[in-house]
Amino acid sequence: MIATLNNHTPLREIVSAAQGRARVSSIGARSFLLEAPGEFDLAAQRRIWALSQAVGGWPDIAEIVPGMTNLLTIFQEAPQDPEAVVVRLLEAWDNARSIDLDGKTIEIPVHYGGEHAVDLPALCDIARLSDREIVRIHHEATYRVFALGSAPGFGYLHGLDPRIYMPRKTVPSLKMAKGCVTIGGMQTGVAMLTGPNGWNSIGFAELQMFDPASPKPAMMAPGDTVRFVPARIEL
Amino acid sequence: MIEIVETGPFNTVQDLGRPGYRDIGVSASGAMDPLAMRIGNILVGNDEGAAGIEVQTFPFSLRFDRRTVFAVTGADGDPLLDALELLPWCAYTAEAGQVLELKHPPTLARAYVSIGGGLDVPSVMGSRSTSLRGSFGGNAGRPLEKGDRIAFGNSTDLAPVPANGLAVIEPAVALREVFPDLVDGALPVRALPGGEHALFPDDGDAFWSQTWKISSRSDRTGYRLSGEPIKPTASIEMRSHGIVPGVIQVPPGGEPIVQMSDANTAGGYPKIAGVIECDLWRLGQARIGSRLRFVRSTHAEARAVEQAVARYVEDVRTTSGMVKRALRAMA
Repeated sequence: MIATLNNHTPLREIVSAAQGRARVSSIGARSFLLEAPGEFDLAAQRRIWALSQAVGGWPDIAEIVPGMTNLLTIFQEAPQDPEAVVVRLLEAWDNARSIDLDGKTIEIPVHYGGEHAVDLPALCDIARLSDREIVRIHHEATYRVFALGSAPGFGYLHGLDPRIYMPRKTVPSLKMAKGCVTIGGMQTGVAMLTGPNGWNSIGFAELQMFDPASPKPAMMAPGDTVRFVPARIEL
Repeated sequence: MIEIVETGPFNTVQDLGRPGYRDIGVSASGAMDPLAMRIGNILVGNDEGAAGIEVQTFPFSLRFDRRTVFAVTGADGDPLLDALELLPWCAYTAEAGQVLELKHPPTLARAYVSIGGGLDVPSVMGSRSTSLRGSFGGNAGRPLEKGDRIAFGNSTDLAPVPANGLAVIEPAVALREVFPDLVDGALPVRALPGGEHALFPDDGDAFWSQTWKISSRSDRTGYRLSGEPIKPTASIEMRSHGIVPGVIQVPPGGEPIVQMSDANTAGGYPKIAGVIECDLWRLGQARIGSRLRFVRSTHAEARAVEQAVARYVEDVRTTSGMVKRALRAMA
């Protein structure tokens, strides 16, 4: 298998696209990525949600994949005039107003600490906080699902308190368990598959969050609010 | 039913994939050589998107429990039916109890077995492809194992196939004009510069000018390439964004990864280029250890190749339909 996370240099800056103007690049001949300029924040993401709604309705689109302050658009075929596609996307971005998705609230019971919290001691060192404070800071915050991706049903959550930011690992855990509650840089989430993972585990959630047999396979959707509720704290 | 008599690891049930769910993190999966799978299905009278078997580790053999039409496409090398040599890219009728065997192909990587009526495994999220990462779809979400029994549908088109088979001119020959042959033993793979191309020195010269080797750490998720590492002039970590098969990412070690059918749905490594989609089937047929070179392409060229492939597929569909109608009229 290909490990998608390895050898990340700790503390590497997460760069924004070009300042001021959105940036469009292509992947192969029929996919175009628009990256929002500026900060990695809810305001930018709300505009991406608005852009997704607009572009998703274009008749020549096969699929759209909203990411973290960016949007991948997959066209049905390679366009005749790629420059015109870039212009269309940039215009749509300029016209995109901020929307707030009407999400649901999801409460995730977490067993903080314990055998799955393998990275909690390291986080204590980096944050210079006690494990108890870290757990409290993590569960007191309210998170928004910005986008889904990377694994079936995995939600990228925004809203982590900067006091407990923690860079991705240089060497990923080879077999992190599905259900681990993790921190990756300025994001947090719940691992959806057992496997290589460069994020840092501080607890474990039992909740089933993806069911391929369900008409709505993923429990989370962009715009949802997530709260982590301590079911057990074992420090 | 078919019964798997012999199989290596990682042979799976696939169709043309499960697009439309990348936005919830689900890889599209699907055949690594979708063109071979489409042609195989047309030959046996199925919809192009019917499920078949992707064989990537050999030898492989299966037994039919009733009379059916089948075809083996994709890889070179002759399939065997009860030890009798057959042609690839050719539809035949198998009788109940006969065993189809695929030996290791001489040069290519993956063979496709299409069966009249298609494999009747449950459709999950609109596809019968096996999602190995998600452990769902296909045959119980896992690779085939010896002794597996899989139902296949009733072909609506059990048209008579001539006793000596109904063959098609394979894409590598029929589409020679738009798919150039190996150059000095290296497969030319067309790609467009990607979002972070400008981060690589000298217009990415070290990427485009060298011959890369497909490393043994390659699979349906991605091909890792070995060669002279390429390094961007600045070290950046992108915000996570959607990706598709064909994207060529450069992790910090400097050896590119080309995402393939089981591509992750999100990425953050710098993208130096992206393989044009119509060249992905050739990459899907490139074996571990083989060599390739990237050739700078354009949207216009990608479009021209897409259209040539579409014409070829349409031609196969029309012609095989005509032949079968003629045979039915004579029967």
